Amino acid sequence: MKYFTRLRVRRVYEWRGKPLSFNRKLKTYEYGSLAISVEGLPRSTVIKTGQHILIEGEDEDSPYVAKVVRLFGDESGKQKKAVVQWFVRVSEVPVSKLKLLGREPHPQEIFYYQGRSCDDEVDAGSILEPVQVKHLIGEAPFPDSGDRDTLYVKLSWDSKTFKMLDSALVESELAPAISTPPCPKASLPPSPPCSPPAVAPASRVPARRALPTPDLTIMRRAAQGEVRYNRATMSAEVESLHSATKMSASKCLSAKRRNASVRTPGVRKKLELSNPEKKSMISEDILSQLLDEELESEVMWAVGRLSASPPQDPPLTHSLTPLKKPHTAPGTFHLKPSTLVLHKVSLPDRNSPPSSASPQQGDDVMEAGLPTGSGKTPRKRNATPTRQYATRDQKATTPSRKKESETPKEPFLGVLAEVDNEKSPMLPVTVTPRSSKRKSAQLVSSRIRQQLNLLDNLQDLNSDGEDEEEFVPSKKELQSSSDDDGEEEEEEAAGLDSDEEVPFKKGRYAAAVSGTPRSKQRTRSSTTTPRKTPNKKITPGTPRTPHRAIPSIPSRSLPARQPANVLEEARTRLHVSSVPESLPCREQEFQDIYSFVESKIVDGTGGCMYISGVPGTGKTATVQEVMRCLQHAADVDEISPFHFIEINGMKMTDPHQAYVQILQKLTGQKATADHAAALLEKRFSNPAPRKETTVLLVDELDLLWTRKQNVMYNLFDWPTRRHARLVVLTIANTMDLPERIMINRVASRLGLTRMSFQPYSFKQLQQIIMSRLNKVKAFEEDALQLVSRKVAALSGDARRCLDICRRATEICEHSAADPSATGLVGMSHVMEALNEMFSSAYITAIKCASVQEQLFLRAVIAEFRRLGLEEATFQQVFVQHQALCRVEGLQPLGVSEGLAVCQRLGACRLLLLEPSRLGVLQRVRLNVSQDDVLYALKAD
Amino acid sequence: MSKRKITKTNVPVGECISQVQEMLRERLCHQRLPDRPEGVEAQHKHLLELLKRTAVHGESNSVLIVGPRGAGKTMLLRCVLRDLLEEKEAQKSLLQVHLNGLLQTDDRIALKEITRQLHLENVVEDKVFGSFAENLCFLLEALKKGDRSSSRPVLFVLDEFDLFAHHKNQTLLYNLLDISQSAQAPIAVVGITCRLDVLELLEKRVKSRFSHRQIHLLSNPTFTEYLDRVRTQLSLPDDFPDDKFALDWNASIETLCEDKSVEDVLQRHFNSSKDFRSMHMLLMLCLSRVSVAKPAIKPADLLEASRLCLADANANMLHGLSILELCLIIAMKHLNDVYEGDPFNLQMVHNEFKKFLQRKSNSMYNFEQPVILKAFEHLQQLELIRPVDSSSAKTQREYQLMRLMLDHSQIMEALQKYPQCPTDVKQWAMSAFG
Repeated sequence: MKYFTRLRVRRVYEWRGKPLSFNRKLKTYEYGSLAISVEGLPRSTVIKTGQHILIEGEDEDSPYVAKVVRLFGDESGKQKKAVVQWFVRVSEVPVSKLKLLGREPHPQEIFYYQGRSCDDEVDAGSILEPVQVKHLIGEAPFPDSGDRDTLYVKLSWDSKTFKMLDSALVESELAPAISTPPCPKASLPPSPPCSPPAVAPASRVPARRALPTPDLTIMRRAAQGEVRYNRATMSAEVESLHSATKMSASKCLSAKRRNASVRTPGVRKKLELSNPEKKSMISEDILSQLLDEELESEVMWAVGRLSASPPQDPPLTHSLTPLKKPHTAPGTFHLKPSTLVLHKVSLPDRNSPPSSASPQQGDDVMEAGLPTGSGKTPRKRNATPTRQYATRDQKATTPSRKKESETPKEPFLGVLAEVDNEKSPMLPVTVTPRSSKRKSAQLVSSRIRQQLNLLDNLQDLNSDGEDEEEFVPSKKELQSSSDDDGEEEEEEAAGLDSDEEVPFKKGRYAAAVSGTPRSKQRTRSSTTTPRKTPNKKITPGTPRTPHRAIPSIPSRSLPARQPANVLEEARTRLHVSSVPESLPCREQEFQDIYSFVESKIVDGTGGCMYISGVPGTGKTATVQEVMRCLQHAADVDEISPFHFIEINGMKMTDPHQAYVQILQKLTGQKATADHAAALLEKRFSNPAPRKETTVLLVDELDLLWTRKQNVMYNLFDWPTRRHARLVVLTIANTMDLPERIMINRVASRLGLTRMSFQPYSFKQLQQIIMSRLNKVKAFEEDALQLVSRKVAALSGDARRCLDICRRATEICEHSAADPSATGLVGMSHVMEALNEMFSSAYITAIKCASVQEQLFLRAVIAEFRRLGLEEATFQQVFVQHQALCRVEGLQPLGVSEGLAVCQRLGACRLLLLEPSRLGVLQRVRLNVSQDDVLYALKAD
Repeated sequence: MSKRKITKTNVPVGECISQVQEMLRERLCHQRLPDRPEGVEAQHKHLLELLKRTAVHGESNSVLIVGPRGAGKTMLLRCVLRDLLEEKEAQKSLLQVHLNGLLQTDDRIALKEITRQLHLENVVEDKVFGSFAENLCFLLEALKKGDRSSSRPVLFVLDEFDLFAHHKNQTLLYNLLDISQSAQAPIAVVGITCRLDVLELLEKRVKSRFSHRQIHLLSNPTFTEYLDRVRTQLSLPDDFPDDKFALDWNASIETLCEDKSVEDVLQRHFNSSKDFRSMHMLLMLCLSRVSVAKPAIKPADLLEASRLCLADANANMLHGLSILELCLIIAMKHLNDVYEGDPFNLQMVHNEFKKFLQRKSNSMYNFEQPVILKAFEHLQQLELIRPVDSSSAKTQREYQLMRLMLDHSQIMEALQKYPQCPTDVKQWAMSAFG
């Protein structure tokens, strides 16, 4: 492939034709197409909305692929932007996740990106050229054509799983965006959105926001054919997608048509209006047939009201129309009743202005419904689907299954409640200014949610009290209600799984469970705040090089034996490597680091932190625990996902290798140190469309010192860049490392966020051992105290403490043969272990030395005393030695023999010697104190 | 073989002798491990259990074996490994890596050696030849991938452990010890060293990761034990082909050990050093003197061997010097006496020598200056004298300051033994002042 970037030419971007529309609020003009001409070449490329394009990325060989959703520019015409739907290449999917594909990816395969948190707005300047993307359905093989410019999309990727991609999704959703009309009423003050034109902005905004940033769960569900979609515009599509699993091509087409009609304003809409009415009538018929005597007047009332309302309430009908489809598709039939209820509930909302009065009114309606019919409605709801099942799945449905399908029925309403409540905030979004928008959106959504919850859980009679509260929807309330919804959705997902035999059974459930809360949180925020920070792509794993073989130690043929008794169990638990459930005594530090990193991740900013402490005080362990917790939080979507990288100054051969390792862990790329530094520099200083926070842990920071300190400088400078989103946690032993070894500009960038881990006190050490032992009774209380006091007095190193305890269990095991032993590790064992580890062997070594060696030591001391110095040459000592030999009545040694004796003492480091080539001239020093030597010799 | 069986009691003496020598040499050169390590039972048990836990339970450990040279550290480890590998379970799973600080002088070489010994290069063909950084990453990744229960345990034996502590940043030690303290592939790091202060060599973070287990081999045998050891080392086992010869041999060893002069010699060796390696050296020398004509070790052999062992190398070197060179040495000795060990140069030595010549007034040793310079240089080459500072290029050779590397006793001893030493030279050497 040839790209313009290769040629290093300037490209000129120009709008073609007149602006299609003007957004007065945002002051943007929308255009239908963009012309790219390369300077010096007459030819120009035209980019139209709906076209697939290549967007300049990190790698010139494989630019990002996207589909243009919208093109717009500002008044001055300087800024040209495009809203896109992203696709990811095979190389952008992390290697580890490619496994999920279950097959070899086609080199030209791309995936429809459904991941969340991607910035869909790109600068038109980054558009390279159009590209052809073909959608392949299902198991269709990849065309074996030599055309390397065509990319194929088959699956969608939501950063966790691959999903079958529906052609409807790819082809239909983006098409109408072109025809989005100018909306003169967009800037109207918040008014009841009951007039048809007001719908237009509602449908338009999602085109910009919702479509290109496909909500993870929404898209997933859409692909799975679940009715869970919650936005005004998308709902239509999703309804169509809902039945997509069984849907034929024609249905797909009609869905598309309808879809288009949703977005077309005015006249065409009117045409549609008659249609829904008819359809809802049909649905009513079917409904009444099905429900017959069980259908209570209330539902009838709702339906009746519904069918009556369309003329004055077009948006509702629009969102309703697709529901007709499910009716014909038996698999989704059971949804209908609840939908009807839903509409009943949502109707008052729509009709009332989003003022303080509106909840009141809506509530009134609710109130009216509640006492009379609410007691029965849920039961009814429960009953109808079950019956449907009974009729539909006559063969497959066993009694147990029936029951199973019956229980999750309830949540349907909750789900649809969400459909509705997500729908309703969409309306104010466009019409009201941002601040009030948020409030009203929340107000409405929370109220609706509550009402629906009420309907749902009518058994709960306390709900009446809640009704009163809902007028002041506090944030907390909102949160809790959304949580409820999340749970319900999960339940529902489970219910659906059991109901329908669909392929991705397990995967879907897991995805739904993990995905739901996040999606909601995100959608809510997306309606309130425009996303400025680029935040896309869960894992930027883009290994350009072929994945190398992963080395490993061969696995053992026989399984490792498990600990057999209490002492062995204790020993296993006390091993430094065993990961404790929690880290006691470091709660404060944990909290500080956690909040530091979390705040940086949440803010999308960067920062540095310096952590110091003597070895064995739990620095690395605490940071890793923090990261585990944060990772968990990210998994359950409390915070946005981030990338955690760990490097260790000791685990590299050269400070500059840090770049290589960071780059490799970040992207999987391999590069030389210089190249890696350049790439990282580029990565952290340029804004990228899909970026998440990177947390970098640099252990043993002092090893990264170089003369120019450029490694440290870069590490601390990157977080300060605007687009870096890098959090650097550094660990070293010395507290004043920044002052001691860093030059000013490096120390200044490191900043003053410092933390120091104090050595453990004896109480803390004791607590650590206790928590590790975790009720395994292996130690006597006093023994533990002795160990911890001893270690605390010496170093406060937890590793030492654990090692001593481990050794003590061994000693205890050896002495177990002793009948008096209690089987517990006692004082004596601990004492022995302590002695082994802390006592110096010098005195024993001197005692065990040969006669001549001892004499030599004595001669050394004698010579020292004679000279008054702590150093003498061998020759001088040897004279003394000869004299001593005569005194002791031993045969004097020869010089060679004397030297040998001296060397032996030197090898043990009882003596410190100069290199032995100096012979008799080498100088001798004692490595032990004279007192120790004399003590050892006297005791002999 | 069959022939030997038939003539079991009557093997020719020559064959017996060669068999004895083969058998005993194997023993003395540490080729064959003793059935049980003597005097270090407790240490043996400790180490065996430790390694067994690594091999069987997958528990990571680190331990140092510390003891003076010749104390049997490596022997202990080899015995433990032999006993450990007798167990099926351990034998099947345990991987071994042996490194020596004298061979793997830096981490780069050590890493390649580890990769080679672990046969990791089979996993990725060319990786072992990659750069240092790649090798390190590669190895760490390999070890990190494992976990306690599934990976095969790896035993790292670091001989001359203290030398590894001198590698840059102690990268290898840090990483090995770090792995042994984290939940990665189970490894046991066994360091062997003779330095008692080895822990002080470790950087504090490396030290913290070391488990601080030290097995000290500080045996303190008495002289009787030493003698017993000599006896058992020389005795022939019961399954020796020729019973009669074995009996004779063992009886001769008994009498040898009871001999008074032999005991004195051994006592002297024992006083000098208690380690068994020097004893084995002595016995080897004795053993090589056994022949068909003399099919037993006599006390005289031992005395001779001892004399060889204790011989002074430098004094022996003096025997090969010319008279002139010897005279120069004597002149230096006198200078040392006069100036109390201050360094001297050729000119001073030459003057001292001239004084001797003038007094004797004979021209027998009257040499030209260049000849004396040559002799002086020869002495320097033999390292009997050495320049005070190494910057020899700056000063003229005649005026370069030197020091004598010999002790007075060595010179006197050499003079006594020097063949046909002129009496005036001898007298000059004896005289207190020139």
